[in-house]
Amino acid sequence: MRPFAYEAPTTLPDALRALSAAGPGTKVLAGGTTLYDLMKLDIETPSAVVDVRALSELAGFDTGGPRELTFGAGAPMADVAADPVLLRDYPALAESLAKAASQQLRNMATVGGNLLQRTRCAYFRGGPPFPCNKRLPGSGCGAIGGLDRGHALLGGSDACVATYPGDWAVALIAFDAVVDVAGPRGERTIALADLHVEPGDTPEREHTLDWDELIVRIRVPVAPAGRGSTYHKVRDRESYAFALASAAAAVELDGRGRVEDCRIAVGGVATRPWRCREAERELVGGVLDGPGARRAGEAALSGARPGRQNAFRVELGVRTVAEALRIAGERAAR
Amino acid sequence: MTSTRETAFTVNGRAVRLDLDPRESLLDVLRERLALTGTKKGCDHGQCGACTVHLDGRRIVSCLTPAVQVDGRRVTTIEGVAEPGGDLHPLQRAFVDHDALQCGYCTPGQVMSGLGCIAEGHAGDDDEIREYMSGNLCRCGAYPGIVAAVRQAATGERDG
Repeated sequence: MRPFAYEAPTTLPDALRALSAAGPGTKVLAGGTTLYDLMKLDIETPSAVVDVRALSELAGFDTGGPRELTFGAGAPMADVAADPVLLRDYPALAESLAKAASQQLRNMATVGGNLLQRTRCAYFRGGPPFPCNKRLPGSGCGAIGGLDRGHALLGGSDACVATYPGDWAVALIAFDAVVDVAGPRGERTIALADLHVEPGDTPEREHTLDWDELIVRIRVPVAPAGRGSTYHKVRDRESYAFALASAAAAVELDGRGRVEDCRIAVGGVATRPWRCREAERELVGGVLDGPGARRAGEAALSGARPGRQNAFRVELGVRTVAEALRIAGERAAR
Repeated sequence: MTSTRETAFTVNGRAVRLDLDPRESLLDVLRERLALTGTKKGCDHGQCGACTVHLDGRRIVSCLTPAVQVDGRRVTTIEGVAEPGGDLHPLQRAFVDHDALQCGYCTPGQVMSGLGCIAEGHAGDDDEIREYMSGNLCRCGAYPGIVAAVRQAATGERDG
């Protein structure tokens, strides 16, 4: 691992000052489960690290508010996953956390840091001699035409098809979450849908935060559809693996059993958290049945561009969405 | 350039004060500096669970924990699990009862993780135990014994 300067401020203003003073090339350390891992691999080589674990401004979460749920960026994934209100009223959010990583990692990792978890692409993590435009812009993409079984079907470019690996952001995007960000110019709010970017010609750029900004909290507007929701995740093994395909689905039914509100987002198959508005429109106003759920799944994956080894995940993605809608519909009807 | 940082914490109740390079993992500090070699290095990337310890009573992987981050905190390793007189902890006893190991390399991590699993209330049935122990791999495949051992310790029964 390369040497780096280490700072552990105890207040948010001190942390922002430390970030600014350390300059570009500085990284924020929270749970460490992604950053420190990639530093061990020499994939992340920050000149300085600002440890934000001790900031009380990032701690805690509140799921009892009348208008919105708020999650401090520093809240551990395990604590949020076990919240009784979330489990009852927004199971998709709780499940997206509980089905990620292992309990040890969920005790360490934070709900803010998790949003910016970096891809598991083996060419990215493998380092030299493998080419990777994300790691070394201009070096090429080893996955395109290579070992791309786990790579993205949606949102890829000729430069990069690396999958966004997270689950929590996929569930959050379905519920129109926003992220409050602090920086030297004050606080601003970004829609979660505007936080991550597709790779395009600049796969090294994964999000819209500036280097001296810090996620402070996540907010989710209250949504009745949350009760009828699930996060369905299909993996190579039953637990402790990244998604081959996943779907967050939420359904609210009216008095006659027709779909009044519907939210669908997919994970494990795209270069960023992927909201599926067209699939939602397939269902709103109608009765949620098997063929309808299947059509919504097909709409969600309609832009899929498979590569060499990952074409099987198009059909898997369609079925994952359909199954998520089935579970969500059952919960909504209770 | 990296400079060292004075870091004070407790390990199994004993106070420790060390000048640490911020690159050092808690796992390496436990093994190389404190000679607590019960905690094992498997993958060193948070994928196998062999290095599981407790930090302030919660299970974590020590390989992905920069040791400077445990300043002011409480670390418990497998060496701190047995009874004061040296008798095995009931969960360790259960691992013996159920042959829950073969080579034994993953066992310290399994025991630390199993203690967490029980303390969290995630050992209600075998499916839940499997799910909440999934962060600990056993390449010998002693999983049925591990599940049985965690179940025995969680219920306080001795059926082995």
